[in-house]
Amino acid sequence: MTPARGAADPSPLARKRARKRPGPDWLRAYERMLKIRLFEDRVNDLYQRGRMPGLAHLSSGEEAVAVGVCLGLRDDDYITSTHRGHGHCLAKGAAVDRMFAELLGKAAGYCGGKGGSMHIADQERGNLGANAIVGGSMGIATGAALSSKQRGTDQVAVCFFGDGALGQGLLYEVMNMAALWRLPVLYVCENNLYGEYTPGTETIAGEALARPRAFGIPAAEVDGQDVRAVHAATGEAIDRARAGGGPSFLWCNTYRYSGHHVGDVDRAYYRERDEERLWREERDPLALARAWLIGDGLTTPATLDQVHAAVTVEVDAGVAFALEADYPDPSKVDADVYA
Amino acid sequence: MSTPDAGARELTMAQAIREALAEEMRRDPAVFILGEDVAEAGTPFKVLSGLVEEFGTDRVIDTPISEAGFTGIGVGAAMTGRRPVVDIMFGDFLGLVMDQLANQAAKAHYMSGGKLRVPLTVRTTLGATRRSAAQHSQSLHAWVSHIPGLKVALPSTPADAKGLLKAAIRDDSPVVIFEDKMNYQQRGLVPAGDYTVPLGVADVKRPGRDITVIATSSMVELALAAAAQLGPEGIECEVIDPRTTVPLDAATLVASAQRTTRAIVVDEGHRRYGVGAEIAATVAEGAFFHLDAPVRRLGALDVPVPFSPALEDLTVPTVDQLVVAVRELCDRA
Repeated sequence: MTPARGAADPSPLARKRARKRPGPDWLRAYERMLKIRLFEDRVNDLYQRGRMPGLAHLSSGEEAVAVGVCLGLRDDDYITSTHRGHGHCLAKGAAVDRMFAELLGKAAGYCGGKGGSMHIADQERGNLGANAIVGGSMGIATGAALSSKQRGTDQVAVCFFGDGALGQGLLYEVMNMAALWRLPVLYVCENNLYGEYTPGTETIAGEALARPRAFGIPAAEVDGQDVRAVHAATGEAIDRARAGGGPSFLWCNTYRYSGHHVGDVDRAYYRERDEERLWREERDPLALARAWLIGDGLTTPATLDQVHAAVTVEVDAGVAFALEADYPDPSKVDADVYA
Repeated sequence: MSTPDAGARELTMAQAIREALAEEMRRDPAVFILGEDVAEAGTPFKVLSGLVEEFGTDRVIDTPISEAGFTGIGVGAAMTGRRPVVDIMFGDFLGLVMDQLANQAAKAHYMSGGKLRVPLTVRTTLGATRRSAAQHSQSLHAWVSHIPGLKVALPSTPADAKGLLKAAIRDDSPVVIFEDKMNYQQRGLVPAGDYTVPLGVADVKRPGRDITVIATSSMVELALAAAAQLGPEGIECEVIDPRTTVPLDAATLVASAQRTTRAIVVDEGHRRYGVGAEIAATVAEGAFFHLDAPVRRLGALDVPVPFSPALEDLTVPTVDQLVVAVRELCDRA
């Protein structure tokens, strides 16, 4: 069996491109992560105050994956997202106010209020949509990659999914075709340890990374709480995809601070409070980033405080905008069924 | 009734479908074919023979046996500027692709507030009596007709097969086309040159004054045979083919029933909760005060399709059944 090329062994072309790539704007990365955190806090607040219809699945704790991956993407690159998708959407550049409006079912939302939390799409920034079927977008992302290849562009597609989605057969069908046809797609698994209310140890047999490798897809494991590590691993995979080297798989170890959704508050039956506390206190992606940004002299505490203040204002304004916004006109109920 | 032009040629339905695909692929570089054994094999029914020779394996793509996977890939490609024609070898395999069709392709446009478009065409088959048993013989067009966001076409003639397929490929919504496997070698006049058959326009295949017979797919041929038999008895059947179940040309069906005052629907799907039931209800609601008899349905027996010819032939509507039913409705029993 041919050993799969891991991320630790990038092609010479990938190495060359990596050297040429300008360094990312880490302060901006921090700002995006903070925006996701504060956004999710307000979503939870809106839910608890009964201001948001339905439920939402928060991505607090997983910010470094969304931002670390999207940092290496262009506006015209594609992503597909999940039911836990607010972070991906914001990381790809969506506006806070239109996202809140969508979550509240308002006409000003990204989907005119028809999609809600689990279906936000932002086509202008290549976001082909969150998806409420676990693993449901794996075909879509792979198809977008086929489309890029057929059209002769160097756009790549990123497919976000959680460890729970490893149980879906669709993943293995599309990884097989992506490998056969060398499609520019990056499968990003956010391993937050739980599929809904069940730990991955009960649902994933064998070595998860052996699965993509069995298709000849380079697979790397990365610390999903470290935005630098995620960005570095993504950069190699994206360079390889743009250069025609085919798909990659990224396994990001991360943690979901909240429950499966905002209503999942009593979690003692499936995970320990100590575990949650340890991740929050010792592995928080924002705290880790803050420490090295200051430690490496890239910024100052005062600057980060300013960022915090600015993002708070933006998020507050977004919530106010959404609460004030109009609901869709009843005439829209049967519009856009067919194109 | 559509009148073929002077340049019309006689083609099989398979040839007409192949011609539609070739013309659309020449016209629009975004069109490509994706499915099992579509390239060199040209599908088990040889419908696509010759296409890979003209368009190459980049546009006539053989896939692994992964219906959900390649249909999903079709959805994603359609969202991002391509016009895939996905080939699902047997309609029975729709069970494998329903999430991609019903939850992804059908809903993306609506859920995104009209921003995402999925110009996807899915070609598949229906129809029993090939002695293929329960997993290769079903007529499952009701499944997809039930899902808002999908359009559904069922051609009954080579000319319609070509025109509907070309319209489907040019449509910006996902369209599922069901071809009856038994019809691939059926011959018929096909107009020369570029034409489409618009989705949502029924076709009166035979005008008549006494009863409206609404038939889909290969049941149209059966209805025309029954009409030919009933004519000499003084019963003139108006045979109408809706051609698409979604959108359904209810106006044409209802107007005909109002005029003839009687209607029967013949469809090869299971009778229970089927396309026949929906069309019958549509006609009953729209023409009730004009009707002289209840609207009737003929459909497949509500059993899995059996293998034995002695049993299989009992499960599908027949000319004799239709003749008897029409006589009853017209008080000539």
